[in-house]
Amino acid sequence: MDNYGLFYQFHFYLFGIIAIVSAVTFVTRRSPVAAAMWLVVTMFCLAALYVMLDAQFIAAMQVLLYAGAIMVIFLFVIMLLNLGEASDVTDIRGIWGKLLAGFVGLVLLAEVGVLSRTGIPSGQYVVGRDYLSHQLATYGAVGAIARPLYQDYSLAFELTSVLLLVAIAGAVILGRKEPNDAR
Amino acid sequence: MLAESLGLSAILFVIGVIGVLTRRNAIIIFLCVELMLNAVNLTFVALSRYYGMGGQVFVLFVMTVAAAEAAVGLAIIISIFRHKQTVDLRNINVMKG
Repeated sequence: MDNYGLFYQFHFYLFGIIAIVSAVTFVTRRSPVAAAMWLVVTMFCLAALYVMLDAQFIAAMQVLLYAGAIMVIFLFVIMLLNLGEASDVTDIRGIWGKLLAGFVGLVLLAEVGVLSRTGIPSGQYVVGRDYLSHQLATYGAVGAIARPLYQDYSLAFELTSVLLLVAIAGAVILGRKEPNDAR
Repeated sequence: MLAESLGLSAILFVIGVIGVLTRRNAIIIFLCVELMLNAVNLTFVALSRYYGMGGQVFVLFVMTVAAAEAAVGLAIIISIFRHKQTVDLRNINVMKG
C-alpha cells in the first residue's frame, strides 16, 4: 500500500496540480458563473483523487452531490438573481483585505511546510496495511462504508435527517415572500 | 501519498480562506466556503486509509451539512437580494451597528 507506481504518482500529481490551478482561477474570476464552473473542475479533480485514495463511493457522491446537486443550486440562484455578468466595479477588497488575506495565507501555508514532513502514522488506532482493500474486497465499495454508517454511526445518521428537515423548513420560510409585501 | 494529500488539502483550504477574505460578492464567498469544505474532505479521505472507514463516513456527513448550508445560505442571499437588489457586501451592512 505504500509503494506506488510511477503511473499512480504521475496521475496523483496531475490531478492535484489541475485542482490547485482551477481553484486559483476560481477565486480570481469576476463573473460568478465562471467562478462556479472552475470550482466544478476542482471538484472533479478531487473526485479523481478520491478514487485513487480507495474511496470510490465518496468519489461518486462527490460528483453527484457536490458537482451535481450543490453547484446546480448555486448556478440556479445566480441565474435567478441575474448575476451572470461581472459587475463593472471590481468586488475584490482593497489593500487591507489583501494584506490580511496574504498574512492568513502565509500562516496556513507554513502548515504545509510542517505537513511535508508527515510520515505514515503509527499507534494503536492505526488499522492494518491492507485493511481498506480487504474491506472493499469483502463488502464492496458501498458495503464497506454502509456498515459503519448504519452500525457505529447510526445515531449521527438519524440526526442528519433532522438537520435536513430543519434546513428544508428554514429555506422555505426564508425564501417565502412576506404576506404584506404585495408586489 | 499521505503527505501529498494533506499538502494539497492545505493549499486548497488556503485558497478558500483567501477568497473569503478578498472577495465581496456574497455568492463567491459562499463558493469559497464550499471549497474549504472540500479541502477538509480530502483530509478525511486521505487519513481514512490509516484510521479506518470512519473518515469516509464523516465525509458523507460533511456533504450533508454542506447541502443544508447551501440551501439555507442561498435562501438568505435571495431574501437579502429582494430587499437590497444586490449581493455585494459593501451595500449589506445592517448588522454593523
